[in-house]
Amino acid sequence: MSQKMEIYQELAKDIRLAEGLKSCMNCGVCTAICPAAEFYDYDPRIIAGIIQSKDEKRIEELLKSDVIWYCGECMSCKTRCPRGNCVGLIIMALRSLSQELGYFAESEKGRQQLAIKRVVGENIVYRGYCVLPENLVPEMHPEQGPVGEWIFGNKEEVYERVGANYNGEGEGALRKIPQESLDEIYRIFELTGGFERFDKIEYFSKEKAKSMGFTDDNEEYPDYVSHIFTTNNGKHNRQ
Amino acid sequence: MKKEGKIQVWQDYQKEIADDHYFYVRSCIRQNFFPGSEQTFLKILRKELDKDIYENPHHTSCSGIGYHSDIVPFDTIQTIVARQFALMTEAGYQNIAVSCITSFGIYNEIIETWKEYPAELEKIRGYLKKATGREFEVPENVAHASDIVYKFKEDIAARGKFKLINHKTGKPLKVVEHIGCHYSKMFPCKGVGGAEFPFVLAGMIEAWGGEVIDYPERRHCCGFGFRQYLIMSNRGYSVSNSRKKFESMEPYKPDFIVSNCPGCPMFLDRWQYVIEEMEGKTFGPDGQGIPVLTYEEMAGLVLGYNPWDMGMQMHQTNVEPLLDKMGIQYDPELKYANKHGKQIGHPTMVRCEINT
Repeated sequence: MSQKMEIYQELAKDIRLAEGLKSCMNCGVCTAICPAAEFYDYDPRIIAGIIQSKDEKRIEELLKSDVIWYCGECMSCKTRCPRGNCVGLIIMALRSLSQELGYFAESEKGRQQLAIKRVVGENIVYRGYCVLPENLVPEMHPEQGPVGEWIFGNKEEVYERVGANYNGEGEGALRKIPQESLDEIYRIFELTGGFERFDKIEYFSKEKAKSMGFTDDNEEYPDYVSHIFTTNNGKHNRQ
Repeated sequence: MKKEGKIQVWQDYQKEIADDHYFYVRSCIRQNFFPGSEQTFLKILRKELDKDIYENPHHTSCSGIGYHSDIVPFDTIQTIVARQFALMTEAGYQNIAVSCITSFGIYNEIIETWKEYPAELEKIRGYLKKATGREFEVPENVAHASDIVYKFKEDIAARGKFKLINHKTGKPLKVVEHIGCHYSKMFPCKGVGGAEFPFVLAGMIEAWGGEVIDYPERRHCCGFGFRQYLIMSNRGYSVSNSRKKFESMEPYKPDFIVSNCPGCPMFLDRWQYVIEEMEGKTFGPDGQGIPVLTYEEMAGLVLGYNPWDMGMQMHQTNVEPLLDKMGIQYDPELKYANKHGKQIGHPTMVRCEINT
């Protein structure tokens, strides 16, 4: 079996591909409704066409490209497709395989996965939340504005005022998740491939960081993380 | 389409919403940005409607933001969701009430996957048992928290102290409703009114005296896009989408925006500030922004709750113009006070915030 066939077959193992691509007639309704297609140089119709063609070379190019990282997964395409396809689901299958094979590190947008893993991923496993008030550092989130800065600087009092239970025991918003529950989430990640994905994101990112000249002695590669979080080459948008 | 036609279409998408006894699962985003809204929802159900709604402190994030930014595999999120269902089952509940649209979409996606691929369900049962020792039943009823407010909208109207009416002119307030993509775009039959004419918020607005604005980009995404907001260098995507909506709604002069999803109101609120900072452009009258509410806040105002108890001081775009129109009394001195009434600093004012 050729390498080309293996890539498509790997993709086809993801049930989201079967659900997302039944039969595409390339009408382009998905592109017409797609918020990403309006902003980025992105065309979901072409994605569906490439996957439907099973052209291994073009699929491999997709897996290494910025293109698959432009979708916002709003799933507006699902509502509008006259044949019930959903390019958003195809994209999810492509992104999973891109990370599995390490191809995500070949594109600027793909490399951003490390920053998401480091914040959202580790929040889920070690705190039980995707997002935490501590993440909303004003320098990283200027869009949160003066009110966001005020909340960040007075977290305990603000959250207490509005009835949250920030880092407290028992129920309530922003409560501390009991350790035994976090232990269960940890074991779920161990058993279901969650940590395997995290490890691949870390491994391929570090290899890429080294090849890009980020030879930081710190194993966490903070300069690389800062680079991928803030860099935009300005070539992604629809002109 | 004529109104009669719309009513006919959305009637085809009526969903069953459980009447009582809910197992509540919180939203990561709502807890961070609008925690008072979740408290308001629980207060309405327990104190106003005398419903049984239970929260187990051991429940966690569904990991949905991780799933939709593609760092969490499908097997992993399925098992985390199965764990939530196990907590529900162990507590003796069959109805799950979901605070988050992303979670709601994921719960529906996973349950539908299990129906179509029974082997997936068995695999996940095995993972959960091995990882936690737990077993679960699939919920009989999955409702977004807004579905429940919608179901009891007339009861809330009957208890209401205020209406969505300008108390000076007597005219209905004009309201933009934003549904949130994952409520019904993936599974139209899971949302009140489906994907084409979602009625979950429109029903509340009409029941409480307001007038729904139908504008061209009504169904457009707010621009969250998961990784498109999480990463700083991608945020142009996010603000551009919100801007498209603001420009589309502006000619209709909305009195406020109300949102179904936890993330959307934060973006529609904060991006107004950003656009003003970048371009000096505001979308409300007299250089002000358009107040952006959660549906829990809208219900709370109707019921006469204190806006600062509900956390409306956590909005970047000022809500006072709306409070004034509704004739709601509030103490501006207590807006930025702590639980004991002591000031805890004051955010720097910007034009979008100026209260008239």
